[in-house]
Amino acid sequence: MSRGAAVIHRTLMKGNEAICAGAIAAGCRFYYGYPITPQNDIPEYMSAHLPRIGGTFLQAESEVATINFILGTSASGRRVMTSSSGPGISLMQEGLSYMAGSELPAVVVNISRSGPGLGGIAPSQGDYFQAVKCGGHGGYRMPVLAPHSVQEMYSLTMLAFDLADKYRNPAMILGDAIVGQMKEPYEQTPYVSSVPAEKPWALTGCAGRPRQHLKSLYLKDNAIEVHNWKLHGKYRRMEEDEVRFENYRLDGARIAIVAFGTAARVSKTAIQWARDEGIAVGMLRPITLYPFPETQVDEVARKVDVVLVIEMNTGQMLQDVKMSTPCHDKIRFLGKPCAMPTPEEIHGEIRRLAGKAE
Amino acid sequence: MKEKGKGGFGKNVYRRPESLVDVKTHFCPGCHHGIAHKILAETIDRFCLREKTVGVACVGCSVFLYDYIDVDVAEAPHGRAPAVATGVKRAQPDRFVFTYQGDGDLAAIGTSEVIHAANRGENITVIFVNNTTYGMTGGQMAPTTMLGQKTSTSPYGRDFRKDGYPIKMAELLATLEGTAYSARVATSTPAQIRKAKEAVRKAFDMQIKEMGFSIVEFLSTCPTNWGMKPIDAQKRVLGEMSEYFPLGVYKERKQADFL
Ligand SMILES: Cc1ncc(C[n+]2csc(CCOP(=O)(O)OP(=O)(O)O)c2C)c(N)n1
Ligand code: SF4
Ligand SMILES: [Mg+2]
Repeated sequence: MSRGAAVIHRTLMKGNEAICAGAIAAGCRFYYGYPITPQNDIPEYMSAHLPRIGGTFLQAESEVATINFILGTSASGRRVMTSSSGPGISLMQEGLSYMAGSELPAVVVNISRSGPGLGGIAPSQGDYFQAVKCGGHGGYRMPVLAPHSVQEMYSLTMLAFDLADKYRNPAMILGDAIVGQMKEPYEQTPYVSSVPAEKPWALTGCAGRPRQHLKSLYLKDNAIEVHNWKLHGKYRRMEEDEVRFENYRLDGARIAIVAFGTAARVSKTAIQWARDEGIAVGMLRPITLYPFPETQVDEVARKVDVVLVIEMNTGQMLQDVKMSTPCHDKIRFLGKPCAMPTPEEIHGEIRRLAGKAE
Repeated sequence: MKEKGKGGFGKNVYRRPESLVDVKTHFCPGCHHGIAHKILAETIDRFCLREKTVGVACVGCSVFLYDYIDVDVAEAPHGRAPAVATGVKRAQPDRFVFTYQGDGDLAAIGTSEVIHAANRGENITVIFVNNTTYGMTGGQMAPTTMLGQKTSTSPYGRDFRKDGYPIKMAELLATLEGTAYSARVATSTPAQIRKAKEAVRKAFDMQIKEMGFSIVEFLSTCPTNWGMKPIDAQKRVLGEMSEYFPLGVYKERKQADFL
């Protein structure tokens, strides 16, 4: 842990542990969860570290209970986090919908595994739709951040807390077993808050003020319609202000890969190999999956000959890429459900496409 | 914690409790939710807890708790109030935290949450209103529905061969180590109301003394969905309901003997 704010520590850590370090740095002192592979390092780390700094770790009886512990602590005005994987995240959907409806912030980490059903524990990006389109009822949105390195597991977790508080909304980190288990050095940059710490809406007992409520039920007149438009306005502001992406070696590129998380990380290696051979290839890497970098995808698609979407599923973000640009005839897809594409596979695909494109 | 003694109220026994908001409730005539609300508000006043309390409302006819009880309230998803209360209490151990739940909410969809909150000895208080039916959704069968009772989804009467038996939550929760207090009360006579107040006072006291989980089950009425006049609904509580669901204290921790 960093002792002096000015000292930046370089640390070797697993991605899952870097999430914990980021959360603690951002002032999160409450963690609740239920065991599931491949994210058990997160509750294990939190159960060891939180009690030592006056925080609270509590193992719930289910993910249904977990998300409602989260709701209660969030309603108390505290920063709180949970993590899970596919089946557990599915059980949290009702709670996430209630939290979005009640405008309650929290950070939910999905270290996703393959599905559907019990699926397997292999890394996967099959939860893209559930995360980005939001799997709970009623139509809501939440910022979804996709780290592709241990550094980002740390720093995007800190950002997720700020976004959650800024918009009073749950925010999700969408990782997978590779970025979760991968160990690499990263810089423990100090947390610098971008949001006010006060939460005047929190339920702390009504001393010196009228009672207040946190709820999602709106029965009177057209109150629920008004509430929906209010939430919609918030989502529009996220779309205007919070899009984050990385342009990787797109200078003069004829082929643009669009990939996130682990698929993007592997693509970087393949892009380097291809660039060394003189193939003009680069990547647009969405860091926020919601809000999606639509304008940027369109700009890139107009400039290049081929847009290669790479995902560890059978084509989910692909739909958002298609929604972002009319250049559909340029779009190609490389999908690897339930496995990490190797740099060789991606490199081979780039070469094949380059042969056609040049 | 200081209590306002009986003297504090003087002779004015029918005064509206400070913590009870002065509005008309939406409850049907003869519904006992209103009585449970009043007892809850009185007890909050008695312990001077209004400004230190966070309530958790459930999904059911009592969802509008926040319109009637003058305290901070969070609304939980159906059945999840004990989990939400856990999150509130863990974050704010010095606040008084209660849930108010119906029988569909607590004894069907939320069974897991209440059992585990009790088993953890979660230092919260649960007001549980058992009217043997799903009031809000139009009187469907609940796990607490009596054998033979006709509801909109047991039109031939509840049959144990198909639907099992009415579940006794006060007894069940009393078996758990983490439970400090579990009692069942009714509010069909003035004497019962006095006992109910005493039970809620004890349940509050358990939380204040950090003894663990406390629950008071109220046998309540739903004249609307039972298809009964209020007076007949009262008689049903006094008769067959209290026969099957006996009133009484099922667990009362004397000191923090669990430590
Ligand atoms: C997940 C979910 N399922 C079903 C419902 C519909 N629902 C609302 S209230 C209720 C039952 C309420 O009955 P009870 O808890 O006994 O309270 P009462 O109205 O009788 O006081 C149900 C099933 C819901 N809101 N959420
Ligand atoms: S429907 Fe039943 S429980 Fe609901 S308010 Fe009316 S009488 Fe009370
Ligand atoms: Mg009921």
